[in-house]
Amino acid sequence: MKSFIITIQLIGLTFLMGFAQQTPAPPQAKPILILGAKAHLGNGQVIENSAIGFENGKLTVVSDATSIRIDRTAYDIIDATGKEVYPGFIGTNTRLGLVEIDAVRSTNDYREVGYMNPNVRAIIAYNTDSKVTPTVRSNGVLMAQITPSGGRISGSSSVVSLDAWNWEDASYAADIGIHLNWPRLFRFTGWWAEPGEIKKNDKYDEQVRAIKDFFAEAKAYQDQKGPKNLKFEAMRGVFDGNKTLFIHTNDAKTMTEAILFAEMYKAKIVIVGGRDAWMIADFLRDHKVGVILRQTQSLPGREDSDIDQPFKTPAQLHAAGVTFAFNIGGAWEQRNLPFQAGQAVGFGLDYEAAVSGLTLNTAKILGVDATLGSLEVGKDATLFISEGDALDMRTCKIERAFIQGRDIDLDNKQKALYRKFKTKLGQ
Amino acid sequence: MKSALLLMTLCCLTLGWLSAQVTFPNDGVYDHREGHYVFKNATIHTDYQNTIENGMMVIKYGKIVAVGKSLATPAGAVVVDLEGNHLYPSFIDLYTNYGLPEPKAVGQRPRKQPQMLSNKDGAYSWNEALKPEFKAVEHFKGDDKVAGGLRKQGFGTALSHQMDGISRGISSLILLGSEREHLAIVQEHSAHHLSFRKGKSTQNYPSSLMGAISLLRQTYYDGQWYSEHGHQEEKNLSLEAWNAAQGVPQIFEIGNWMEALRAQKVANEFGLKFIYKGSGDEYQRIEALKNTAAAFILPLTFPKAYDVEDPYDALQASLADLRHWELAPTNPGSLEAAGIDFALTSHGLKSKGEFLGRVRKAIKHGLSESGALKALTHTPAQLLKADDQIGSLASGKIANFIVTTGPVFDKNSKILHNWVRGKAHVFKDLKMPDLLGVYNLNVGSQSYRLHVKGKPASPKMVIEVNDSTELKVKHAYSNGLITLSFPPEKGASNRVRLSGAVTNTGWNGNGNLPDGNWVSWSATYTRALPDRDEEESKDKETQVEELVSKITYPFLSYGRTEMPKQKTFLIRNATVWTNESEGILQRTDVLVRDGKVEKIGSNIQDRSAVVIDGTGKHLTCGVIDEHSHIAISRGVNEGTQVSSAEVSIADVVNSEDINIYRQLAGGVTTSQLLHGSANPIGGQSAIVKWRWGATPDEMQFENAAPFIKFALGENVKQSNWGDNYDIRFPQTRMGVEQVYEDYFTRAREYGDLKKSGKPYRKNLDLEAVLEIIESKRFISCHSYQQGEINMLMKVAERHGFRVNTFTHILEGYKIADKMAKHGAGGSSFSDWWAYKYEVIDAIPYNGAIMHRAGVVTAFNSDDAEMARRLNQEAGKAVMYGNVPEEEAWKFVTLNPAKLLHIDDRVGSIKVGKDADLVLWSEHPMSIYTKAELTFVDGRKMFDRKEDETMRQQIREEREKLIQKMLAEKQNGGKTRPVSAKHKHHYHCDTIHDEMH
Repeated sequence: MKSFIITIQLIGLTFLMGFAQQTPAPPQAKPILILGAKAHLGNGQVIENSAIGFENGKLTVVSDATSIRIDRTAYDIIDATGKEVYPGFIGTNTRLGLVEIDAVRSTNDYREVGYMNPNVRAIIAYNTDSKVTPTVRSNGVLMAQITPSGGRISGSSSVVSLDAWNWEDASYAADIGIHLNWPRLFRFTGWWAEPGEIKKNDKYDEQVRAIKDFFAEAKAYQDQKGPKNLKFEAMRGVFDGNKTLFIHTNDAKTMTEAILFAEMYKAKIVIVGGRDAWMIADFLRDHKVGVILRQTQSLPGREDSDIDQPFKTPAQLHAAGVTFAFNIGGAWEQRNLPFQAGQAVGFGLDYEAAVSGLTLNTAKILGVDATLGSLEVGKDATLFISEGDALDMRTCKIERAFIQGRDIDLDNKQKALYRKFKTKLGQ
Repeated sequence: MKSALLLMTLCCLTLGWLSAQVTFPNDGVYDHREGHYVFKNATIHTDYQNTIENGMMVIKYGKIVAVGKSLATPAGAVVVDLEGNHLYPSFIDLYTNYGLPEPKAVGQRPRKQPQMLSNKDGAYSWNEALKPEFKAVEHFKGDDKVAGGLRKQGFGTALSHQMDGISRGISSLILLGSEREHLAIVQEHSAHHLSFRKGKSTQNYPSSLMGAISLLRQTYYDGQWYSEHGHQEEKNLSLEAWNAAQGVPQIFEIGNWMEALRAQKVANEFGLKFIYKGSGDEYQRIEALKNTAAAFILPLTFPKAYDVEDPYDALQASLADLRHWELAPTNPGSLEAAGIDFALTSHGLKSKGEFLGRVRKAIKHGLSESGALKALTHTPAQLLKADDQIGSLASGKIANFIVTTGPVFDKNSKILHNWVRGKAHVFKDLKMPDLLGVYNLNVGSQSYRLHVKGKPASPKMVIEVNDSTELKVKHAYSNGLITLSFPPEKGASNRVRLSGAVTNTGWNGNGNLPDGNWVSWSATYTRALPDRDEEESKDKETQVEELVSKITYPFLSYGRTEMPKQKTFLIRNATVWTNESEGILQRTDVLVRDGKVEKIGSNIQDRSAVVIDGTGKHLTCGVIDEHSHIAISRGVNEGTQVSSAEVSIADVVNSEDINIYRQLAGGVTTSQLLHGSANPIGGQSAIVKWRWGATPDEMQFENAAPFIKFALGENVKQSNWGDNYDIRFPQTRMGVEQVYEDYFTRAREYGDLKKSGKPYRKNLDLEAVLEIIESKRFISCHSYQQGEINMLMKVAERHGFRVNTFTHILEGYKIADKMAKHGAGGSSFSDWWAYKYEVIDAIPYNGAIMHRAGVVTAFNSDDAEMARRLNQEAGKAVMYGNVPEEEAWKFVTLNPAKLLHIDDRVGSIKVGKDADLVLWSEHPMSIYTKAELTFVDGRKMFDRKEDETMRQQIREEREKLIQKMLAEKQNGGKTRPVSAKHKHHYHCDTIHDEMH
């Protein structure tokens, strides 16, 4: 079997090399002005007929095209009349670039062994040359929070640009937070093919105590001068406010318990998952906890649940004033991230709030909103133009995309194969 | 009290007759007894229908000699005066493993998988789960502890079998006495036992329920073949035992009511009659079970209430689970009301001591007392054809009976004796006097008022000091002697201890005071207890219980109490996507009658029609999913062999899956439920319409063409299953081709043999493959890479048929021209890729390219979640590759209908076609659209407004049940932590063993 796997790897390598790479775009050379598009600013506002200008990677003009005067000769003009402009969408909690082929183990770099791994850093394994990334980018997802998984503390995530030469180059905000997988209240008996009952997790208290102990020791460590402990070193940011504590959990009770726990350390808290967040929306708002919400297009958690519960959760959170970001699991699936927001619009979420859940609110949750997430003067020119509504697959056609003003190659391996075989078949 | 019990036990040894065995040597003096008794003055329940007041019964040598109103007392018989007690035939338990060893696996599960053959040595079945050769009688060893537990509940006989495997062997009917095995066996070969569980077998096949069903069917055919011809070719002890086992009753254990219907299909195919050992949920689908005309053996496993104090934890329990808690005790009563024959068993109870209490609970919940007695005596005896020996009290039958203080199912009645084959097992003295009342108790110079309350058979005693103070009195009574002990005053740590005789004039005797001095004492009866009657009537009042659960079809949230009716519907003024040459019609009316589309046009008038305003909305035909795995019970893959063509998903459709409703809410009306992709030749598929509330068989698409799943690539090579799966052929794509070449060749030879008229073994596997090469069964083949797709087309062409559909077909775009030429269709994912090596070249433009190359192209789900928004997936054909919208919409409607050969009935809106329709709130492929109404056969199966109402009803019903559980906890009822059944969703590479 081993030799078989190795064979696959070898074949894989030669195969991959046969394809042309998308070359990372050079820095913005000349100011660009996009005119006439309906601009979704990401902060909830819309400009129906907009003028969006940027220079040296930063936005310089965000305004109504009918009410301002601009010297058009200073810009490369893009006529986007009838089209839509959005801030670049930001992927959350994803293993994009940490895995190439799920079933091929040698391409998996998202899960380290061990239980408490706050020191493990996703940015290190982020593969800028993944063939998957360009297919995600071409649907408007231009930035992403690359996140490790597994264990109790999986490690730290980083925000990357999806157009880069190497991981240092890609890194937009490194090691922004630690990922803690809160224990489950219920455990699954049997095994997944022959499931038994869902029972109370008898070890829940013990598992929570292990977290509490770890945090207590890590906190105490910060004041000592003994030998270095890399795990505890990695925890420092959680205590001094430089790192967000991302707590992965879904039940109303565990969310509440985890938040009360983390508040003792004055940590900046974000819930990841939050299936039942709608049940405790007021609590989340009052405690100023953001939520990276599990995939909108998912099945309800329980047989009796409202059949559209996951579809309408975003609208419920928005109504309650909870800051949330959209999410979709996996790596290649990131290209369907915009549709997680679209689905929520169909079930009551305000359209611009849905855009915010892909842009500004996401940036806030990830702590990068000073420069990213909305079309505002002074912020990064990370944005794209779509022929139609980018949240609906029926109309979504991304034509141009810019990351910090750099004009991104929207081609990808799949488009290349499309051209190749269309030609062969004479289509 | 202990000493009293001891006396009784001693007593019991002397009651009854000593049965010597003539073949055994005798040590000591020969002690021959006749066991000759006359029972008088009893209420004799000769059977579940007839009673003799003040009757007599004579027994001798372990048999009943006579039963009647007044019989002559024979000379030489011991006379037992039962003084108003009751006599019943003792109970029969048809579902036990009494006296049998725990089943064990024959060998070890091998590290390298799969285990192809049985580990059992000798000329036995190839499959370890088939053990018809196991005979309980050869392994039976009496166990008085177990027997005693059953006797206390009134049982006198038990049917015992080893509960292991699919064919579990032959049971024996055994007396629950304490005599030697030689005297305990009533019937040696009583019944043949079957199940859908392979038990301890370590062999991989079958790993799914459908595999177990096929294995059973094949074994029935093998049995026939063996007796006609096969015995000349081989010796097979299992098949010989199997054939011999066909002569006795067949008892089939099922895990839920659907399994009874599945087993019944096998029974019907082979002209068999099964008796079902039920699971306790039969009340959920009583009509369908009645139609089987089968008898049931029912357990009384009523679940405990959940501990639902915590509202979040309580969410974990589903409405179905909450309901089952309330309704499980109504199960026997429901079967009785429906006229279904059934027996009751103690099987499944944690403690046998709970049994009678459970019967009483079932009676409280609707079972009649005579029905309960019938189910414990007459029916089990008759099912085993042992009613000439047990099950009633009549001359010539075995003297198996119980003596009770009152009607046996009365809460206050006690079983005093249980006689097994004329030998008594005594639990309580027959002559227990009624001591209840108020007494003057004088101890030395001290005087007390003693209250004896409670039930006569188990009284409670207290000394009333004043209105608010009582002293508890410990007491024991036996054979006329009474012992009392109590503290002299409240809170005292020392005790007064008294012993005396109970006589007609009162109680008196001597005792010890706490200071050690002896005193004499007496107690005289002064009056009856004042409030006894009142207490009893109160008891009865609390028994009336209102049920809050609804029985819905399916028995889940969002089920309905009845199926929506076929009505005449007129949908007005909608945008109608016909999928026909008319294209998309604006502002059009569609009239539906008797489940069919009757008219399409403008300004249609019909007074009888329910009018639905479609203004601004879009009407389409129902979405069709070519590749789905929802609503399947216990296993989607029988991937343990290279071919499992014999298995069929149609055998295991699960009508009780909430995903059916969720998909109706996504506009899906028809799906092909496919076998998984674990082996090159998978199983047969089921094409179903989502008739929510129907039984599994009623969901099948009528007269649909038969299909079978094939698979190529990594799954069938077992590439991603770990290092232990590298021994089964094939491990390469080279081998996959040879599997097909071999199977088609063998199937052709098999067909030739059948035609030749020579004897042959009917082979269900090859039968299905033969249908393929005869173009009577069609392939839907899981496929990714172009090379193997091309290969299968070439193999098919060599054998003279075509591949109907390549499903997944992610590299279809590379050879779309070849597919079009061959005539194969493609049913693809819209945009999946990168999850395994073989999908590294998958592109979302695949659908567009195939479509343009002339391949009939569909998008499918393979996923319970995605299936409910296949309309959006169609939208991706517009997004990737610019397929015109009207054509893209056909990817999830007309094209899959064509691929499934059902486009004459569904897949477009056309006069005469089935009224499977969806009314969308807006453009059907927009992410913002919602299915507002979904019709199947002109029945409104989903209605978003009704859904809102149902949500509220679900919340209310849940809350009522939760409140009831809380009340039960408050009243001291036992609870258990909340748990739920964990339901998982199958994909085609779900490959695990579901059969243990």
